[in-house]
Amino acid sequence: MTAPGKQPPGTAVRDSRDEQVELVIGRLLQWGVLAAAIVVVIGGLLLLAQYGHLPANFRQFNGEDAALRSVGGIIGAALSGDSRAIVQLGLVLLIATPAARVALTLGAFIIQRDRLYMLTTTIVLALLLYGLIWGRA
Amino acid sequence: MSISLLALFLALGSFGAGLLGALTGLGGGLVVVPMMTLLFHIDLRYAIGASLVSVIATSSGAAAAYVREGFTNVRVGIFLEVATTVGALSGAALAGFIPTSALAVLFGLVLLYTAYRSLRAPEEHPTDLPSDPLALRLRLNSTYPTAAGIRAYSVQGVKKGFALMFVAGVLSALLGIGSGIVKVLAMDHTMKLPFKVSTTTSNFMIGVTAAASAGVYLHRGYIEPALAFPVMLGVLAGALLGARILAGAKTLWLRRIFTTVVVVLALEMLYKGLRGGL
Repeated sequence: MTAPGKQPPGTAVRDSRDEQVELVIGRLLQWGVLAAAIVVVIGGLLLLAQYGHLPANFRQFNGEDAALRSVGGIIGAALSGDSRAIVQLGLVLLIATPAARVALTLGAFIIQRDRLYMLTTTIVLALLLYGLIWGRA
Repeated sequence: MSISLLALFLALGSFGAGLLGALTGLGGGLVVVPMMTLLFHIDLRYAIGASLVSVIATSSGAAAAYVREGFTNVRVGIFLEVATTVGALSGAALAGFIPTSALAVLFGLVLLYTAYRSLRAPEEHPTDLPSDPLALRLRLNSTYPTAAGIRAYSVQGVKKGFALMFVAGVLSALLGIGSGIVKVLAMDHTMKLPFKVSTTTSNFMIGVTAAASAGVYLHRGYIEPALAFPVMLGVLAGALLGARILAGAKTLWLRRIFTTVVVVLALEMLYKGLRGGL
């Protein structure tokens, strides 16, 4: 792709390499969402089979079981076949897809040796992982 | 009502929300929380958790389609994500101290504002003004494809846009929404990005913003699997179908219908919030 001759100074001209990186990232995100959705569907069906007949009562906030509140606890419980934990695992995968997108974007800026945006992207990634892993705000 | 029946209703409602949200461009997350709290009397915190998850699903699910069109400005997105993620983490920290009645009132106001904006046509603005010096330093200016070939654009109002994005992040965390309306306002109105660039870059950012607060809420127990799973799958399916039929749809009427729904929900949220019934 060629850009017209007259550009304002400081314009980052998009080239085909930029576009290709973005295309790969977009595809990966779609696969991530698909994988998350499949895990959620499996867990959800198991959950309905197990608890579906119980009365729904979500008027009061009780908070989720402690085991289903941390990434480690969710993976452990999901591996032992707990249906609620399998749904939760799918949701964790889903929450991780934007983080994966930012990590891949960081990779692209590293390849381009763009220091400023390597730093900026690292800050965003750190904030995201902080929320997901430590969960304190 | 049993858990199965509730899941069925939630999935159907979320499907409708995702479909209308995609067709009108207003996003489905906006009506998921009012639906869950007003119709099904679910605690606001569970509703926010489920809604945030569905926001991430639609944003990431639509990413590939947006990227292919080549409008997304990745540098603008990453730069502004610093503001939205800090805002989202701040909002999540604040959420525990704000009474749910106040959140309901805030939600009502955001819904009303969204309805107001959606009835106004997007304004055309010149994109060849001299650039904000800060945009030059941050290399935010870029190009985008138009019918007449590749066009360059320069970015204005960087500081104000950054500040508005912080607000968008706070609102996203407090209310469990994508805040697309504030994001587009900041990028379109303040930073003067071309309309297509601002909407696609906004989609790029919505998932990242929502993921920041969703991580925190997971640890606080806001994300209930029995509620989040039908909502996530419903909104995702609706949004994907919506994106597919978008080309041939008569969006003016849909926009009016959806805006009416948004106004009714806004008034109900305000009423419940002010009466303390939520």
